[in-house]
Amino acid sequence: MTDEERQELLKKQKTDKLTPADRYKIPPQDMPEQDPVKRRSNVNEVATGYTETHARLEAMRCLQCKKAPCIKGCPVQIKIQDFVAAICDGDFKKALAVIKENSLLPAVCGRVCPQEVQCQQTCTVGLKFKDPTKAVSIGRLERFVADLDQEEIIPTVAPETGMKVAVIGSGPGGIVTAADTRRAGHDVTIFEAFHKTGGVLVYGIPEFRLPKAIVQKEIDVLTEMGVKIVCNFVVGRTRTIEQLMKEDGFDAVYIGVGAGLPRFMGIEGESLVGVFSANEYLTRANLMKAYDFGKGADTPIVRSKKVAVIGGGNVAMDSARTAVRLGAEKVYLVYRRTEKEMPARIEEVHHAKQEGVEFHILQSPKRVIGDQNSRVTAIECLKYRLGEPDESGRRRPIPIEGSEFQIDVDTCIIAIGNIANPLIRQTTAGLEFNKWGNILVDENCKTSLDGVYAGGDIVLGAATVILAMGQGRIAAAAINDYLAKKKQKS
Amino acid sequence: MSHKIVSKRKLSENVFTAEIEASLIAQAGKPGQFVIISINSEYSERIPLTIADADPEKGTIRLIWQRVGKTTAELADMKADEKIANVVGPLGKPTHIENLGTVACVGGGIGNAPLLPITKALKKAGNKIISILGARTKDLLILEDEFDRISNELIVTTDDGSYGRKALVTEPLKELCQRDQKPNQAFVISPAIMMKFCCEVTRKFNIPTQVSLNTIMVDATGMCGGCRVEIDGKPKFVCVDGPEFDGHKVNFDLMMKRLDAYKDQEQKAYEQYKEHRCKIGLDK
Ligand SMILES: Cc1cc2nc3c(=O)[nH]c(=O)nc-3n(C[C@H](O)[C@H](O)[C@H](O)COP(=O)(O)OP(=O)(O)OC[C@H]3O[C@@H](n4cnc5c(N)ncnc54)[C@H](O)[C@@H]3O)c2cc1C
Ligand SMILES: Cc1cc2nc3c(=O)[nH]c(=O)nc-3n(C[C@H](O)[C@H](O)[C@H](O)COP(=O)(O)OP(=O)(O)OC[C@H]3O[C@@H](n4cnc5c(N)ncnc54)[C@H](O)[C@@H]3O)c2cc1C
Ligand code: FES
Repeated sequence: MTDEERQELLKKQKTDKLTPADRYKIPPQDMPEQDPVKRRSNVNEVATGYTETHARLEAMRCLQCKKAPCIKGCPVQIKIQDFVAAICDGDFKKALAVIKENSLLPAVCGRVCPQEVQCQQTCTVGLKFKDPTKAVSIGRLERFVADLDQEEIIPTVAPETGMKVAVIGSGPGGIVTAADTRRAGHDVTIFEAFHKTGGVLVYGIPEFRLPKAIVQKEIDVLTEMGVKIVCNFVVGRTRTIEQLMKEDGFDAVYIGVGAGLPRFMGIEGESLVGVFSANEYLTRANLMKAYDFGKGADTPIVRSKKVAVIGGGNVAMDSARTAVRLGAEKVYLVYRRTEKEMPARIEEVHHAKQEGVEFHILQSPKRVIGDQNSRVTAIECLKYRLGEPDESGRRRPIPIEGSEFQIDVDTCIIAIGNIANPLIRQTTAGLEFNKWGNILVDENCKTSLDGVYAGGDIVLGAATVILAMGQGRIAAAAINDYLAKKKQKS
Repeated sequence: MSHKIVSKRKLSENVFTAEIEASLIAQAGKPGQFVIISINSEYSERIPLTIADADPEKGTIRLIWQRVGKTTAELADMKADEKIANVVGPLGKPTHIENLGTVACVGGGIGNAPLLPITKALKKAGNKIISILGARTKDLLILEDEFDRISNELIVTTDDGSYGRKALVTEPLKELCQRDQKPNQAFVISPAIMMKFCCEVTRKFNIPTQVSLNTIMVDATGMCGGCRVEIDGKPKFVCVDGPEFDGHKVNFDLMMKRLDAYKDQEQKAYEQYKEHRCKIGLDK
């Protein structure tokens, strides 16, 4: 559809009395995006965002169901039909306000939430067309209102309580906890190990999917609210949680340190030169800006010709697409199940294919092969078939004996997930963990230690931005409660 | 929060030392631990350097570094009162210090710098210290006086015989191991190749040997795995599981290959920097 046609279509809609039939007739609005060939050689954002016309048409596709099944699909229960209705009416300010009641980071979540398994999965429109990609594009609408150059509203902060809160880690969970506890008037400090704030949003998720300026804007809001930010501070090494609470006067602590330990496969050849964890590859590219090596940036990154990325999640897609942008001629995505089981967002899978990433499904490496200089020359893979569903409900991949074959590559990126970093466990006596090293919390995100709360990936295992944010909210409410009671007592 | 360079001086042709404001690290740091620094936030590389000494009262740490590439060169060009944007630490596991009896402390090249705080702590714990320091040539030998002060016996070697004994450190180490009262443990910090050969010597005599590995790092919190080495055939992360390991279990050959992973790019960056400093007259 051309822009003129779209505008014509919008003019034709009788906004005040749209029937379901009218709504069904409006075609789903595609996301405008950078040309796949051009974007292979830049790191700018791929999806360029809805225009007002796109957004209003898309919003009109929403049936305004009484029961709003979409809300049940949203981990933080945004009042979706209300904000979509506001977009229909062209009242974007109201739309943003509705979202912000439940979610602090709409510009981020609109871009990175797996909407197709959340709000859009239960959308009546999608169900009617028996195609989840034809559901109302709630995420795109969320992003649209968040991106409009609306004046940043700095939340009001209650009078100072004199209570001190330490937030460990500046990922999405930490950002939300800091904002919500600061709003209650507490003296809040974020401690971040890296030299930049934002967690995975800055070191993991690439610029072409989530521009870093968006994350920085959220951090700036925190600073304006009076949240203190201390970078280059590794809790457990620079100071321990015990020292923060007993010596530095912090009354409550939120642990939001993320997963932070890459999983390797445990196969032969995994330490060869040219094998990277996705974390290393992405951190070099994103946080350290290695794509500008020699043009200012000092951190090098391999310039590969043929790359195999192992895995099927967002992390794998991000690595593969980063490799494309760094000039690789061939990028293979090797995944042991099929596309249907891939945990990545549909949009990322789609974009990866558009950009020329070749999918090798039902395959997984058995060993990595190197030359006499210990540099990777190939991976030896096994073929797989799918068996019965496992605990996760996905069909279990079963290796086919004797099916070994080789793929010639010079780089192999392992993107099979992250597990819990043990630093906090090793340095915090009395904190309880499950057998995978994740912190145990109750329904209020409280840990086994008094005044200590935790959320996000360190609790949930590698999860999502919205879940980390949701836990940050819960923890902040519990901290505010705890501190109010503590204050009363003293 | 940036960190002021309180003082800085040259120790040898390519080795420099500076005292840097970092009060929390000065308080928390223990022998064997290191920091990650980056000179500015936007584009600088993060590099690991050992905490060679710390003054908790003054709130400063001492770094000693060898100019081998762009970042260490840029650091060498900085002056007192200038600021380093990021210093994070203390990182890594501290050295396990106890009274072991007689210990051999073997340093090679810049390795003397990380070895010094460990040797001091071993001395304090009551050990008899025999130090062996090696350098290519006389001018490159660093920290001799400091080691002399804390060692019961000090042996210096140079490759070219310009000072001390003309030998590689492995020779006197082997002789030590052959003595009646052989060392109970050895601590070796030097370029990887030398650690490898020292470990081959001590292995024959069954002398437990601690080495400190200097792999390439990024985050140094265990998040990226870039620093991994093979210990006893299993992957370990130097930044969180180390930097010290049982030298007899380290796959040095693989580690050395991994150190060269970015060699071409690093060389290019260093050349570019040298040209740049030439242009702006820093080389005068
Ligand atoms: C490449 C990649 C792509 C992803 N894509 C998506 C996506 O598309 N959609 C989605 O919903 N989710 C995605 N995720 C998952 C999502 O990013 C995480 O679930 C989420 O960021 C977790 O948030 P968190 O609050 O737990 O903290 P994190 O974002 O993990 O941040 C934790 C922060 O704590 C800091 N820290 C760690 N230890 C310490 C310490 N000891 N002291 C001080 N600071 C410390 C870390 O440096 C880090 O900055 C992706 C993850 C990755 C790696
Ligand atoms: C735990 C730890 C403690 C360290 N402590 C010290 C210290 O106290 N003083 C000191 O001078 N150095 C120390 N190093 C080494 C130091 O980090 C490197 O020399 C530095 O990163 C080089 O950076 P560059 O940009 O100047 O050179 P680059 O351009 O990165 O490298 C230049 C050349 O040096 C070699 N190189 C690169 N990285 C390393 C490395 N990590 N070790 C050895 N050679 C390397 C490469 O072969 C390369 O060709 C330590 C390393 C580790 C891991
Ligand atoms: S440097 Fe990243 S894990 Fe050690």
